[in-house]
Amino acid sequence: MTETPPADARTPLLVVEHLTTTFDVGGRHVAAVDDVSFELSRGESLGLVGESGCGKSMTALSILRLVPPPGRIAGGRIVLDGLDLHTLDEAEMRTVRGARIGFVFQEPVSALNPVQTIGDQIAETIVVHGGGSWREAREQAVDLLASVRIPDPARRVHDYPHRLSGGLRQRAMLAIALACRPALLVADEPTTALDATIQAEILDLLASLSHQNQLALLLISHDLGVVARAADRVAVMYGGRIVEEAPVAALFADPHHPYTRGLLASLPGGQPGSRLRAIPGAVPTIDRLGPGCPFAERCDQRHEACDTSMPPVTRRPGGRRVRCVLYPDRPA
Amino acid sequence: MTLAPASHAVPLLEVHHLVKEFTRRRGFFGRSTVVRAVDDVSFDIGEGETFGLVGESGSGKTTTGRCILRLVEPTAGEVRFRGEDVLAFPRERLRRARRDMQIVFQDPASSLNPRMRVGAAVGEPLAIHRLGTRAERRARVEEVFTLVGLDPALARRHPRELSGGQRQRVGLARALVLSPSLVVADEPVSSLDVSVQAQVINLLMDLQARLRLTYLLIAHDLRIVRHVCDRVAVMYLGRIVEVAAAASLFASPRHPYTQALLSAMPVADPSVTPARLVLDPASFDRSAPLREVSPGHWAAV
Repeated sequence: MTETPPADARTPLLVVEHLTTTFDVGGRHVAAVDDVSFELSRGESLGLVGESGCGKSMTALSILRLVPPPGRIAGGRIVLDGLDLHTLDEAEMRTVRGARIGFVFQEPVSALNPVQTIGDQIAETIVVHGGGSWREAREQAVDLLASVRIPDPARRVHDYPHRLSGGLRQRAMLAIALACRPALLVADEPTTALDATIQAEILDLLASLSHQNQLALLLISHDLGVVARAADRVAVMYGGRIVEEAPVAALFADPHHPYTRGLLASLPGGQPGSRLRAIPGAVPTIDRLGPGCPFAERCDQRHEACDTSMPPVTRRPGGRRVRCVLYPDRPA
Repeated sequence: MTLAPASHAVPLLEVHHLVKEFTRRRGFFGRSTVVRAVDDVSFDIGEGETFGLVGESGSGKTTTGRCILRLVEPTAGEVRFRGEDVLAFPRERLRRARRDMQIVFQDPASSLNPRMRVGAAVGEPLAIHRLGTRAERRARVEEVFTLVGLDPALARRHPRELSGGQRQRVGLARALVLSPSLVVADEPVSSLDVSVQAQVINLLMDLQARLRLTYLLIAHDLRIVRHVCDRVAVMYLGRIVEVAAAASLFASPRHPYTQALLSAMPVADPSVTPARLVLDPASFDRSAPLREVSPGHWAAV
């Protein structure tokens, strides 16, 4: 993993500020994404990690402006390379999607067109976004398949999706996502449906694409092992909020937020057969969250204030941000 | 060749040369091809042992588990439970044997009837086997609810009203209600949130200690397998390529496939530089028999 230069040394490519995405549940607005802020630079990968319903996928969909109704972006700003995405109309946003932001999701089977060759699907993306003629686009398709390390790309370009294994399909999806040389790649659980050996290959590929091609990578996963492998920085989400964000090594070596700590401590390890340190309770659904910290009811260090008011985000040494009363503001 | 567990005299379960073939036809007019999902699989599990069966999708681990319970009928081979030939059991004898061998599925959301209250779902095996009076069954359901750490008051709820962790506890309660000695647990925590997985793993370990259960744990998550299993068999394309005590397998994997699999294991520690080994299927003989490479450690090398 390469060293991340200090944040102030460069302008971030993506700035997300106070993003809030709400759903109308029984006449009440509940926030699936609540006051989420982060930045992402070129050549950097940010892992967004959390459990089901924590808001990580909805954050990704908000950035792409693909939030399914009745959900809607209720507040905040998303700025990509100086461009405020909220000011764009749908046609302009379509250009941004694909051309400036590539995206891959968990299930490559359903995202690929079964009756079109892999090469044509890549070429189509290039042509639609004005990247050249069909002829040129087809030639680029071979290069793209090679760049995602699909063996024998000149032959594979003529294959239909069903001819490819799960790992190769996810690489093909990645090739489509990268076809227009986007500055940002959003990858939501890109390896969850894959076997461990294939998963590791794809993650290593994502990490190297990010570093070599100056691609900003937003990697979304429920698996701490996945983000440990491929992310430079990690943001941990719980109940719609980022509860902690830090450089990957610092987050795993010295987790601050009780949720991050609990999650890492609950993983199997240590003496085989020993009791695991489980977090009690269950992941809350967003419509049942109160005004306080979303983790309060499961927290072993809960204070009275945790139930009634949301702790602010504080800055800590080493580029860490935490949303917990245990950590007052103390920037480096 | 015997693969008897080191510390257990009489194996509870013996599997010998198990084969399961599926016939698959490509297209409507296509020729049918035979796929060997399970290819000459043999292992023993001792009473009270936790035996892990690991491998990737298509390795045959789930089919192996189902053949043992005769949820699918094996093509060939032998399955012995307490020394008796399970595959030779007539229907009625098999029904009784199933009281002693139960399965927990990966996704309780899809293995539980959504319209049935979870208490009724847990009591259903008692009703099927016509065990006890209605009142006795109800008492037993309450007992197993408590056993798996569920409030008996939840018995009146429907599966969708429970959290994922609670539903998996219901799945466990249903498996345990007949007091089996062998539980086949097929990916029992992989559909659960990470923060809830540890609760269910702890529960599985507690129940084993209290009820002297024997587990066949089918899983792809090697971190969990290393934590809970006494012995582990690694399957690749329908065959067992390595079987050993968990400590020995994880410390010194011998088969190239096991080595590749372990090197790809996700580690929640960025300071560990993963040296990922790429598997070259041409580098080993797929038909090599298992041989004992060190005491109790067998590998097809």
